[in-house]
Amino acid sequence: MKTGDGMTLIVKNVTRLVSGFIAVFGIYVAMTGHLGPGGGFAGGVILAASGVLIVLAFGGRTARKFITESTCHVADAAGAFGFLVVALCGFFAGSFFARFIPIGRLHHLASGGTLPLSNLAIMVKVAAGLVGVFIALTGFGRVLLEKKSPDRPRQGPMPFEE
Amino acid sequence: MGIEVLIVALIVFMLIAALIAVETSDLLSAVIAVGAAGFALSAIDLLLGAPDLAITQVVVEIISLVVLVRLVVTRTDTSATRPADVLRTGVALLAAGVMLAVVFVAFGGASDRGVVPPFGQPVLTHRPDDPIPPGVGKDYLARTAEEIGAANTVMSVVLDYRGYDTLGEATVIFVAIIGAYAMLRTQGRRKERLP
Repeated sequence: MKTGDGMTLIVKNVTRLVSGFIAVFGIYVAMTGHLGPGGGFAGGVILAASGVLIVLAFGGRTARKFITESTCHVADAAGAFGFLVVALCGFFAGSFFARFIPIGRLHHLASGGTLPLSNLAIMVKVAAGLVGVFIALTGFGRVLLEKKSPDRPRQGPMPFEE
Repeated sequence: MGIEVLIVALIVFMLIAALIAVETSDLLSAVIAVGAAGFALSAIDLLLGAPDLAITQVVVEIISLVVLVRLVVTRTDTSATRPADVLRTGVALLAAGVMLAVVFVAFGGASDRGVVPPFGQPVLTHRPDDPIPPGVGKDYLARTAEEIGAANTVMSVVLDYRGYDTLGEATVIFVAIIGAYAMLRTQGRRKERLP
Protein backbone atom coordinates (compact mmCIF):
# COMPACT_ATOMS: atom_id res chain seq x y z
CA MET A 1 0.00 0.00 0.00
CA LYS A 2 1.29 3.39 -0.92
CA THR A 3 1.60 5.65 2.08
CA GLY A 4 3.19 8.74 0.58
CA ASP A 5 5.34 10.93 2.77
CA GLY A 6 5.08 11.08 6.53
CA MET A 7 4.99 8.14 8.89
CA THR A 8 3.39 4.71 8.49
CA LEU A 9 -0.31 4.02 8.00
CA ILE A 10 -0.75 3.03 11.66
CA VAL A 11 0.55 6.36 12.88
CA LYS A 12 -1.59 8.22 10.37
CA ASN A 13 -4.78 6.40 11.38
CA VAL A 14 -4.10 6.90 15.09
CA THR A 15 -3.47 10.57 14.38
CA ARG A 16 -6.78 10.82 12.51
CA LEU A 17 -8.55 9.41 15.57
CA VAL A 18 -6.71 11.26 18.29
CA SER A 19 -5.78 14.71 17.01
CA GLY A 20 -9.34 16.04 17.14
CA PHE A 21 -9.73 14.96 20.75
CA ILE A 22 -6.42 16.59 21.68
CA ALA A 23 -7.53 19.83 20.03
CA VAL A 24 -10.90 19.77 21.83
CA PHE A 25 -9.15 19.11 25.14
CA GLY A 26 -6.86 22.08 24.55
CA ILE A 27 -9.82 24.35 23.86
CA TYR A 28 -11.57 22.98 26.98
CA VAL A 29 -8.55 23.69 29.18
CA ALA A 30 -8.38 27.23 27.82
CA MET A 31 -12.12 27.89 28.14
CA THR A 32 -12.38 26.67 31.72
CA GLY A 33 -9.21 28.42 32.83
CA HIS A 34 -11.20 30.70 35.14
CA LEU A 35 -12.97 27.74 36.79
CA GLY A 36 -10.10 25.38 37.46
CA PRO A 37 -6.45 24.74 36.77
CA GLY A 38 -5.39 25.39 33.23
CA GLY A 39 -5.66 28.58 31.28
CA GLY A 40 -4.88 30.05 27.91
CA PHE A 41 -1.21 29.18 27.81
CA ALA A 42 -1.62 25.50 28.75
CA GLY A 43 -4.62 25.10 26.44
CA GLY A 44 -2.76 26.73 23.59
CA VAL A 45 0.20 24.41 24.03
CA ILE A 46 -2.11 21.36 24.01
CA LEU A 47 -3.77 22.67 20.83
CA ALA A 48 -0.31 23.17 19.32
CA ALA A 49 0.53 19.58 20.25
CA SER A 50 -2.36 18.45 18.06
CA GLY A 51 -1.01 20.51 15.16
CA VAL A 52 2.52 19.22 15.67
CA LEU A 53 1.17 15.65 15.71
CA ILE A 54 -0.57 16.21 12.36
CA VAL A 55 2.55 17.75 10.80
CA LEU A 56 4.77 14.94 12.11
CA ALA A 57 2.47 12.07 11.12
CA PHE A 58 1.41 13.23 7.66
CA GLY A 59 4.66 14.85 6.60
CA GLY A 60 5.20 18.40 5.54
CA ARG A 61 3.74 18.21 2.06
CA THR A 62 0.37 16.75 3.08
CA ALA A 63 0.07 18.81 6.25
CA ARG A 64 0.63 21.94 4.18
CA LYS A 65 -2.91 21.57 2.89
CA PHE A 66 -4.26 22.22 6.40
CA ILE A 67 -1.54 24.15 8.22
CA THR A 68 0.80 26.54 6.46
CA GLU A 69 3.32 28.93 7.86
CA SER A 70 1.39 31.97 6.70
CA THR A 71 -1.77 30.71 8.44
CA CYS A 72 0.24 30.43 11.62
CA HIS A 73 1.59 33.97 11.17
CA VAL A 74 -1.91 35.37 10.74
CA ALA A 75 -3.38 33.45 13.67
CA ASP A 76 -0.44 34.35 15.89
CA ALA A 77 -0.83 38.04 15.19
CA ALA A 78 -4.62 37.80 15.53
CA GLY A 79 -4.34 36.19 18.96
CA ALA A 80 -1.92 38.83 20.23
CA PHE A 81 -4.14 41.55 18.79
CA GLY A 82 -7.22 39.95 20.36
CA PHE A 83 -5.70 40.09 23.83
CA LEU A 84 -4.82 43.74 23.23
CA VAL A 85 -8.38 44.41 22.01
CA VAL A 86 -9.82 42.98 25.23
CA ALA A 87 -7.58 45.32 27.20
CA LEU A 88 -8.46 48.25 24.91
CA CYS A 89 -12.21 47.62 25.29
CA GLY A 90 -11.60 47.98 29.00
CA PHE A 91 -9.79 51.24 28.24
CA PHE A 92 -12.85 52.59 26.44
CA ALA A 93 -15.04 51.43 29.31
CA GLY A 94 -12.96 53.26 31.90
CA SER A 95 -9.35 52.25 32.32
CA PHE A 96 -6.92 49.85 30.66
CA PHE A 97 -7.81 46.24 31.56
CA ALA A 98 -11.07 47.42 33.14
CA ARG A 99 -13.76 44.79 33.63
CA PHE A 100 -16.36 45.78 31.07
CA ILE A 101 -18.31 42.50 31.14
CA PRO A 102 -20.56 41.65 34.11
CA ILE A 103 -18.85 39.07 36.29
CA GLY A 104 -21.74 36.58 36.26
CA ARG A 105 -22.29 33.82 38.78
CA LEU A 106 -19.41 32.08 40.48
CA HIS A 107 -18.54 28.58 39.16
CA HIS A 108 -20.49 29.15 35.95
CA LEU A 109 -18.92 29.09 32.50
CA ALA A 110 -20.06 32.62 31.74
CA SER A 111 -18.36 34.17 34.73
CA GLY A 112 -15.15 36.00 35.39
CA GLY A 113 -15.82 39.01 33.17
CA THR A 114 -13.07 39.37 30.58
CA LEU A 115 -11.06 36.35 31.72
CA PRO A 116 -12.52 33.79 29.25
CA LEU A 117 -12.02 36.16 26.30
CA SER A 118 -8.42 36.82 27.28
CA ASN A 119 -7.83 33.09 27.75
CA LEU A 120 -9.17 32.31 24.28
CA ALA A 121 -7.02 35.03 22.68
CA ILE A 122 -3.90 33.74 24.44
CA MET A 123 -4.79 30.18 23.41
CA VAL A 124 -4.97 31.15 19.71
CA LYS A 125 -1.74 33.11 20.00
CA VAL A 126 0.29 30.40 21.75
CA ALA A 127 -1.01 27.54 19.60
CA ALA A 128 -0.34 29.33 16.30
CA GLY A 129 3.04 30.56 17.45
CA LEU A 130 4.25 27.14 18.57
CA VAL A 131 3.03 25.33 15.45
CA GLY A 132 4.57 28.01 13.24
CA VAL A 133 7.90 27.79 15.01
CA PHE A 134 7.80 24.00 14.75
CA ILE A 135 7.18 24.20 11.00
CA ALA A 136 9.93 26.78 10.62
CA LEU A 137 12.41 24.85 12.77
CA THR A 138 11.93 21.48 11.12
CA GLY A 139 12.49 23.12 7.77
CA PHE A 140 9.50 21.77 5.87
CA GLY A 141 9.16 25.12 4.14
CA ARG A 142 12.78 24.86 3.10
CA VAL A 143 12.25 21.47 1.44
CA LEU A 144 9.31 22.82 -0.52
CA LEU A 145 11.34 25.85 -1.53
CA GLU A 146 14.02 23.59 -2.94
CA LYS A 147 11.41 21.69 -4.90
CA LYS A 148 10.34 24.93 -6.54
CA SER A 149 13.85 26.08 -7.47
CA PRO A 150 16.08 23.06 -7.99
CA ASP A 151 18.88 25.08 -9.59
CA ARG A 152 19.67 26.80 -6.32
CA PRO A 153 22.23 24.78 -4.31
CA ARG A 154 21.20 23.57 -0.89
CA GLN A 155 22.66 25.60 1.94
CA GLY A 156 22.92 22.77 4.46
CA PRO A 157 20.74 20.25 6.27
CA MET A 158 19.78 22.61 9.06
CA PRO A 159 20.12 26.30 9.91
CA PHE A 160 22.90 27.52 12.19
CA GLU A 161 25.43 25.20 10.59
CA GLU A 162 28.52 26.65 9.05
CA MET B 1 8.08 16.07 56.62
CA GLY B 2 7.60 13.38 53.99
CA ILE B 3 6.87 15.82 51.20
CA GLU B 4 10.12 17.68 51.82
CA VAL B 5 12.14 14.48 51.50
CA LEU B 6 10.34 13.75 48.22
CA ILE B 7 11.04 17.26 46.92
CA VAL B 8 14.71 17.03 47.87
CA ALA B 9 14.94 13.68 46.08
CA LEU B 10 13.34 15.22 42.97
CA ILE B 11 15.75 18.15 43.10
CA VAL B 12 18.71 15.76 43.31
CA PHE B 13 17.26 13.91 40.30
CA MET B 14 16.96 17.21 38.43
CA LEU B 15 20.56 18.11 39.25
CA ILE B 16 21.80 14.74 37.98
CA ALA B 17 19.72 15.09 34.80
CA ALA B 18 21.04 18.61 34.21
CA LEU B 19 24.63 17.46 34.71
CA ILE B 20 24.10 14.62 32.24
CA ALA B 21 22.56 17.07 29.77
CA VAL B 22 25.57 19.35 30.01
CA GLU B 23 28.29 16.72 30.08
CA THR B 24 27.15 14.11 27.56
CA SER B 25 28.52 14.31 24.04
CA ASP B 26 25.41 12.83 22.42
CA LEU B 27 22.84 15.49 21.58
CA LEU B 28 19.87 13.12 21.75
CA SER B 29 20.83 12.00 25.28
CA ALA B 30 21.19 15.64 26.28
CA VAL B 31 17.71 16.48 24.98
CA ILE B 32 16.17 13.54 26.84
CA ALA B 33 17.99 14.49 30.04
CA VAL B 34 16.61 18.03 29.76
CA GLY B 35 13.13 16.53 29.38
CA ALA B 36 13.63 14.41 32.50
CA ALA B 37 14.64 17.49 34.48
CA GLY B 38 11.54 19.33 33.27
CA PHE B 39 9.17 16.52 34.24
CA ALA B 40 10.74 16.36 37.70
CA LEU B 41 10.13 20.10 38.01
CA SER B 42 6.47 19.63 37.10
CA ALA B 43 6.19 16.88 39.73
CA ILE B 44 7.60 19.34 42.29
CA ASP B 45 5.00 21.92 41.21
CA LEU B 46 2.27 19.35 41.74
CA LEU B 47 3.58 18.39 45.19
CA LEU B 48 3.71 22.05 46.26
CA GLY B 49 0.07 22.55 45.31
CA ALA B 50 0.41 24.53 42.08
CA PRO B 51 -1.65 22.59 39.53
CA ASP B 52 -1.79 25.51 37.05
CA LEU B 53 1.98 25.63 36.91
CA ALA B 54 2.28 21.84 36.78
CA ILE B 55 -0.10 21.54 33.80
CA THR B 56 1.70 24.28 31.88
CA GLN B 57 5.10 22.78 32.69
CA VAL B 58 4.07 19.29 31.55
CA VAL B 59 2.60 20.38 28.22
CA VAL B 60 5.45 22.78 27.43
CA GLU B 61 7.92 20.05 28.31
CA ILE B 62 6.21 17.55 26.00
CA ILE B 63 6.09 20.00 23.09
CA SER B 64 9.68 21.17 23.50
CA LEU B 65 10.88 17.57 23.82
CA VAL B 66 9.10 16.60 20.59
CA VAL B 67 10.48 19.62 18.73
CA LEU B 68 14.02 19.11 20.01
CA VAL B 69 14.02 15.36 19.29
CA ARG B 70 12.74 16.06 15.78
CA LEU B 71 15.48 18.62 15.27
CA VAL B 72 18.23 16.38 16.65
CA VAL B 73 17.11 13.38 14.61
CA THR B 74 17.14 15.34 11.35
CA ARG B 75 20.59 16.72 12.07
CA THR B 76 23.43 14.78 10.49
CA ASP B 77 26.08 15.86 12.97
CA THR B 78 25.17 14.79 16.51
CA SER B 79 28.39 15.66 18.29
CA ALA B 80 28.24 18.79 20.35
CA THR B 81 31.08 21.26 20.24
CA ARG B 82 32.72 22.01 23.55
CA PRO B 83 34.48 25.16 24.68
CA ALA B 84 38.05 25.04 25.91
CA ASP B 85 38.83 23.55 29.30
CA VAL B 86 40.02 26.79 30.90
CA LEU B 87 36.88 28.59 29.81
CA ARG B 88 34.67 25.78 31.12
CA THR B 89 36.35 25.77 34.52
CA GLY B 90 36.12 29.55 34.75
CA VAL B 91 32.43 29.62 33.86
CA ALA B 92 31.68 26.81 36.31
CA LEU B 93 33.52 28.60 39.13
CA LEU B 94 31.73 31.86 38.33
CA ALA B 95 28.33 30.12 38.31
CA ALA B 96 29.07 28.41 41.63
CA GLY B 97 30.13 31.72 43.16
CA VAL B 98 27.00 33.53 41.99
CA MET B 99 24.81 30.69 43.27
CA LEU B 100 26.48 30.72 46.69
CA ALA B 101 26.04 34.50 46.89
CA VAL B 102 22.35 34.24 46.01
CA VAL B 103 21.81 31.50 48.60
CA PHE B 104 23.71 33.53 51.21
CA VAL B 105 21.58 36.63 50.62
CA ALA B 106 18.29 34.79 50.24
CA PHE B 107 18.44 32.47 53.22
CA GLY B 108 19.98 34.86 55.68
CA GLY B 109 23.72 34.86 56.17
CA ALA B 110 24.35 38.32 57.58
CA SER B 111 21.16 38.87 59.52
CA ASP B 112 19.39 36.15 61.45
CA ARG B 113 16.52 36.20 58.99
CA GLY B 114 16.93 36.14 55.23
CA VAL B 115 15.04 37.86 52.49
CA VAL B 116 13.13 34.72 51.61
CA PRO B 117 10.70 33.33 54.19
CA PRO B 118 11.31 29.79 55.46
CA PHE B 119 10.35 26.79 53.33
CA GLY B 120 6.65 26.05 53.10
CA GLN B 121 5.56 29.64 53.62
CA PRO B 122 4.66 31.47 50.42
CA VAL B 123 6.22 34.87 49.84
CA LEU B 124 2.88 36.59 49.39
CA THR B 125 1.53 35.56 52.79
CA HIS B 126 1.78 37.60 55.93
CA ARG B 127 4.58 36.84 58.36
CA PRO B 128 3.31 37.11 61.94
CA ASP B 129 6.34 38.97 63.34
CA ASP B 130 6.34 41.68 60.67
CA PRO B 131 5.13 45.13 61.75
CA ILE B 132 3.81 45.91 58.27
CA PRO B 133 2.20 42.93 56.57
CA PRO B 134 3.88 42.57 53.15
CA GLY B 135 1.63 39.87 51.81
CA VAL B 136 -1.17 40.36 49.33
CA GLY B 137 -2.19 36.70 49.02
CA LYS B 138 -4.99 36.86 51.56
CA ASP B 139 -6.26 40.03 49.94
CA TYR B 140 -6.47 38.32 46.55
CA LEU B 141 -8.22 35.30 48.06
CA ALA B 142 -10.77 37.47 49.83
CA ARG B 143 -11.55 39.80 46.95
CA THR B 144 -11.46 37.56 43.87
CA ALA B 145 -14.89 35.97 44.23
CA GLU B 146 -16.83 39.22 44.41
CA GLU B 147 -14.62 41.40 42.20
CA ILE B 148 -13.73 39.07 39.34
CA GLY B 149 -16.22 36.25 39.75
CA ALA B 150 -13.66 33.61 38.82
CA ALA B 151 -13.33 30.43 40.82
CA ASN B 152 -9.64 30.12 39.95
CA THR B 153 -7.81 32.80 41.87
CA VAL B 154 -4.56 32.19 40.01
CA MET B 155 -6.17 33.05 36.69
CA SER B 156 -7.77 36.20 38.10
CA VAL B 157 -4.37 37.34 39.36
CA VAL B 158 -2.65 36.51 36.08
CA LEU B 159 -5.22 38.03 33.75
CA ASP B 160 -6.79 40.81 35.80
CA TYR B 161 -4.83 42.07 38.80
CA ARG B 162 -1.55 41.53 36.93
CA GLY B 163 -2.91 41.98 33.42
CA TYR B 164 -0.07 44.26 32.37
CA ASP B 165 2.44 41.51 33.16
CA THR B 166 0.56 39.02 31.02
CA LEU B 167 0.34 41.53 28.17
CA GLY B 168 4.09 42.03 28.36
CA GLU B 169 4.62 38.27 28.48
CA ALA B 170 2.46 37.77 25.38
CA THR B 171 4.44 40.50 23.64
CA VAL B 172 7.70 38.78 24.58
CA ILE B 173 6.53 35.48 23.09
CA PHE B 174 5.29 37.29 19.97
CA VAL B 175 8.63 39.03 19.44
CA ALA B 176 10.57 35.83 20.12
CA ILE B 177 8.54 33.93 17.53
CA ILE B 178 8.99 36.72 14.97
CA GLY B 179 12.72 36.63 15.66
CA ALA B 180 12.79 32.85 15.15
CA TYR B 181 10.98 33.23 11.82
CA ALA B 182 13.39 35.95 10.72
CA MET B 183 16.48 33.94 11.62
CA LEU B 184 15.30 30.64 10.18
CA ARG B 185 14.48 32.09 6.80
CA THR B 186 17.47 31.53 4.55
CA GLN B 187 16.34 33.82 1.75
CA GLY B 188 14.16 36.87 1.82
CA ARG B 189 10.53 36.76 0.88
CA ARG B 190 10.03 37.58 -2.77
CA LYS B 191 6.92 38.81 -4.54
CA GLU B 192 5.30 36.05 -6.53
CA ARG B 193 4.68 37.74 -9.87
CA LEU B 194 7.97 39.33 -10.77
CA PRO B 195 8.98 39.57 -14.41
